[in-house]
Amino acid sequence: MRDKRMTPAEVVAELSDGMTVGIGGWGSRRKPMALVRAILDSPLKNLTIVSYGGPDVGLLAAAGKIRKLVFGFVSLDTVAYDPYFQKLRQEGDLDVTELDEGMFQCGLLAAGHRLPFLPIRAGLGSDVMRTNPELRTIRSPYDGEELVAMPALHLDVALIHMNRADRHGNAQYLGPDPYFDDLFCLAAKRRYVSCEQVVDTFEGPVQTLLLNRMMVDGVVETPNGAHFTSCVPDYPRDEQFQKLYAEANWDSFVDRFLTGGERGYQEAVRAWR
Amino acid sequence: MAVTRAEVCVAACADLFAGDGEILASPMGLVPSLGARLARLTSEPDLLLSDGEAYLLTPQGEIEGWLPYRKVFDVVAHGTRHVVMGANQIDKFGNQNISAIGDHRKPSRQLLGFRGAPGNTANHKTSYWIPRHSKRVLVDAVDVVSGVGYDKHAGPFHHIHRVVTNLAVFDFDTPDRRMRLVSVHPDVDIQEVSDQTGFELPEYEEPSITRDPTEQELELIRTVLDPGGKRDREVRV
Repeated sequence: MRDKRMTPAEVVAELSDGMTVGIGGWGSRRKPMALVRAILDSPLKNLTIVSYGGPDVGLLAAAGKIRKLVFGFVSLDTVAYDPYFQKLRQEGDLDVTELDEGMFQCGLLAAGHRLPFLPIRAGLGSDVMRTNPELRTIRSPYDGEELVAMPALHLDVALIHMNRADRHGNAQYLGPDPYFDDLFCLAAKRRYVSCEQVVDTFEGPVQTLLLNRMMVDGVVETPNGAHFTSCVPDYPRDEQFQKLYAEANWDSFVDRFLTGGERGYQEAVRAWR
Repeated sequence: MAVTRAEVCVAACADLFAGDGEILASPMGLVPSLGARLARLTSEPDLLLSDGEAYLLTPQGEIEGWLPYRKVFDVVAHGTRHVVMGANQIDKFGNQNISAIGDHRKPSRQLLGFRGAPGNTANHKTSYWIPRHSKRVLVDAVDVVSGVGYDKHAGPFHHIHRVVTNLAVFDFDTPDRRMRLVSVHPDVDIQEVSDQTGFELPEYEEPSITRDPTEQELELIRTVLDPGGKRDREVRV
């Protein structure tokens, strides 16, 4: 079996400008932040980001990496709104596809199943339809009910963070929620999974083995790689640091934490604490 | 100790779940959460409640089930749920906005996003909690329709039940499904309610006064559910 271990920089080197990148996790929970930071270190630009948005979106927005965002919400959970995303929406020029959360899941599932769309009720009558005029409804051939035809959300790349993985791409979540990380992988052409620890064998119930190696192209060991989002049971959200991020001046935040690569970041966080 | 406005609001939120039976109660915000838990401890013992993340918890705080986000969307589509959402704006037909203020293409204020509001309102019973009843929130028409109101077509399962604010309780049980005053909270003047509402309320008969919590309910609110009194910080009198 293939050894798929890579560094964050090697993952980013396989991405190119203008790609559609799906980012796993949820809000400020188990986000592949080390991979996001690696994108910040690269010249990549004009990305379409597809995310249940948290500080992944905020960081990429602040760094000018996003051309278009596909999202249902952007929140830091304990901080209601991400300030960098807000600023880009209010002052910048961001193309958005804003969806209901369930439509978002439905679109990933359609892509994973190689279907052009899936029917769903969510969206009917709401401004999801007005603000995304490309969306169409469809009538049931059985009883005539009108439903939204949610188009497949195809991804060039999926970026995921898990608690454990082996070198072949089998991967495990150990917290209470898998989020939608398997669907992101199924919807994407190339799939990269960072993890707290690369292991030879897994411990815990088989139901926690969310990703198998058919769904993964690269494995990156990044301890504390979801920081400052939560990655339970390995660690909770770093609320103090998130607050610092949300209230910081962007340039000084970059100078202090984002200029020395992932190792520099983790050292700067330790020094700050 | 006198009954506070927050306690009246908690009981009014508990009443939202009357008759709901064995469904998932999904309250957003402190006062609706206290209301849902109060309902479960009194009249609606079969309600299901989550910890806000992935577990269903009993009144004693024990895990009785697993409900990660993906399964929440199954419950939404199944319809066995009653959500109480907040609103940055809500209008006379019950359209709600939590997405953005101003033009959606370039908002003057970016809010949370649509979140699950379109799916919630298209699939199951939905109520709203407004802790600060004002003309900025209760508007003639919302800027962005996140939760769908009665003047739109959201399919066969659309049902907006009630709106509870810090001043009053409303429903939509008029022929044209407009927001209607059901009761004003004790010590609230009807004139104050209409002054703070950005649209005209339908003609009303003498609306009733929102009930006080019972002795048993007050005991539960004060000693079991919210001994620290956080409720008083969410409700401004």
